[in-house]
Amino acid sequence: MTAIIEVQGVSKSFGGVVANHDVTMSVNSGMITGLIGPNGSGKTTLFNSIVGYHPIDAGSIRFEGEEISRLPVQQIARRGLLRTFQQTRIYGAMNGVENMLISLPHRKMNIWDALKTYTREDYERADHLLEFVGLYEKRLLKSGDLSFGQQKLLEFAMALMNEPTCLLLDEPTAGINPTLINGLIDRLKRANTEFGITLFVIEHNMRVIMNMAETIYCLAHGELLAQGTPEEIQNDQSVIDAYLGAH
Amino acid sequence: MTVARNKTILYALILAFTFISPFLFPDFGTQLATLWLMIIVALTWDMTGGQMGYNSLGNIFFYGTGMYVAALIAIGMVYDVGDYTNAAGGGIYEFTDLQYFGGLALGVLGAGLFCSITAVVIGYLTFGLRGPYFAIGTLGVAIAAGELVSNWDWAGGGQGIALPVYPGDLDTGKIFFYFLFAAVGVGTFLFAKWLYGTRFGAAINAIRDDEEKADAMGIHTLRYKLYTWAMAAFFVGMAGGISAFQLIHFEPLESAYQTINLGIFMVVCVLLGGKGTLWGPVIGAILFHVFKEVTWNYLLGWQWVALGALIVVTVVYFQDGVMGWLLHKRPEWFGIKVEKKVAEQAE
Repeated sequence: MTAIIEVQGVSKSFGGVVANHDVTMSVNSGMITGLIGPNGSGKTTLFNSIVGYHPIDAGSIRFEGEEISRLPVQQIARRGLLRTFQQTRIYGAMNGVENMLISLPHRKMNIWDALKTYTREDYERADHLLEFVGLYEKRLLKSGDLSFGQQKLLEFAMALMNEPTCLLLDEPTAGINPTLINGLIDRLKRANTEFGITLFVIEHNMRVIMNMAETIYCLAHGELLAQGTPEEIQNDQSVIDAYLGAH
Repeated sequence: MTVARNKTILYALILAFTFISPFLFPDFGTQLATLWLMIIVALTWDMTGGQMGYNSLGNIFFYGTGMYVAALIAIGMVYDVGDYTNAAGGGIYEFTDLQYFGGLALGVLGAGLFCSITAVVIGYLTFGLRGPYFAIGTLGVAIAAGELVSNWDWAGGGQGIALPVYPGDLDTGKIFFYFLFAAVGVGTFLFAKWLYGTRFGAAINAIRDDEEKADAMGIHTLRYKLYTWAMAAFFVGMAGGISAFQLIHFEPLESAYQTINLGIFMVVCVLLGGKGTLWGPVIGAILFHVFKEVTWNYLLGWQWVALGALIVVTVVYFQDGVMGWLLHKRPEWFGIKVEKKVAEQAE
């Protein structure tokens, strides 16, 4: 098992607030890795550091063996390391299909490819992935009019359209109807097995993350609290304390 | 099927009208040429403003620069520019037909290319700015360029440049310039129509709607912004180059870098017609130009007040423009019939 993302001693502060302190973890290629922790424990900050939204204060972040902690967002995205947003971001004025087509991997195109019109394969792929997340019927509606949960599914489909090597998902099940969550877990797993995309998932829903991830990291107060398999995490007293607030 | 045929007929009719209008309305030859100029600058403004979400107030820079580049190429091919523009020289400079038309052709093409290159350079410096800051930044570039050129004696300084007159009948000349503008205008329209249907067109729409998301999806945002502006600048530069020969004499602040006239008019045309649509800038340019010429004729003395009122009303009450209003009122005219689109794509 090779590590696709290696986070080594990363620290990040905003003024006096220490969001991440000396965090070290690694995401194995082809696996699903989970990241949990109470609110404000620095999970999203760590995601933002990895994908280049802000510079880190100390440490190193490597993707496929190369240092990326000093690269801007677009360059990291073009290496195939993609993220979805906790507050969903889609192109609200466009319909689902247009959202999908825009998400074609431009990193794999030169300018002449970009100046082509969409091919039948592009449309088919878009339709297929929309079907995959269960939005096929609603694909021609204005995306901004979709429910929050549907927008999250659309954003996930857009990320798959982009053919990433590794996908960072920030709370993929937040705001999604509990009855749909089982379907989503299944789709996330299939994205991992069928498309071979490495997943790194922030999740508050313990049932979801325990069902999906092979390895789980737990952050608290910006520091790594525990790591291990779902069973180990579930039985870790410090994790239980952190979630119950007994510390 | 019939929609496609109707469209073809419509385009054919418009093209036919383009061809015969200067002969139908011989008295309005120059007006019609100016109308095409308005259409070109409105269409190209919309490429960045409407389609990409970058409202430039400095596109007039490319118009002015196009004028100068075309003129300097045409003159420089035959005479020493410094001698030619020297007001105290009093020399007489003749141009043969070949020199005139050759200079015009190379000058106009050169103007387009030069403006494309400057768009990349200026874009590289200004595309870090967002929203109103980009608008003000680009306006600053246009104003600064006007001031710099008006102090550049080799290029005529504040007096500008006088180009040779069209060799031959002046009425023929009017028609000649009409068709030059019309050709560039039709070319600009077809180019925009094609571009907006490509992956590139969708990507610049993505930049308009959420640039941060576009970044996060790995779209080459800066590169696409530069390309788009360079394409727009190419057509504006060519239009400027043709204007230089049509006007015969131009000077830097009032005719070349005319920020408060054409520089603003192009924005108003797009807002009036409908931002971010293919036909909006064309319709807006026609409405605006007619309104402007009518008030200039029948409300003389009040023409600027009427124009100002039009701008205020458009910006405050009619932001989506004619096309935006139609899209809202008659969505089926724009093929927004959900089921039908499904069927077409599924085929």
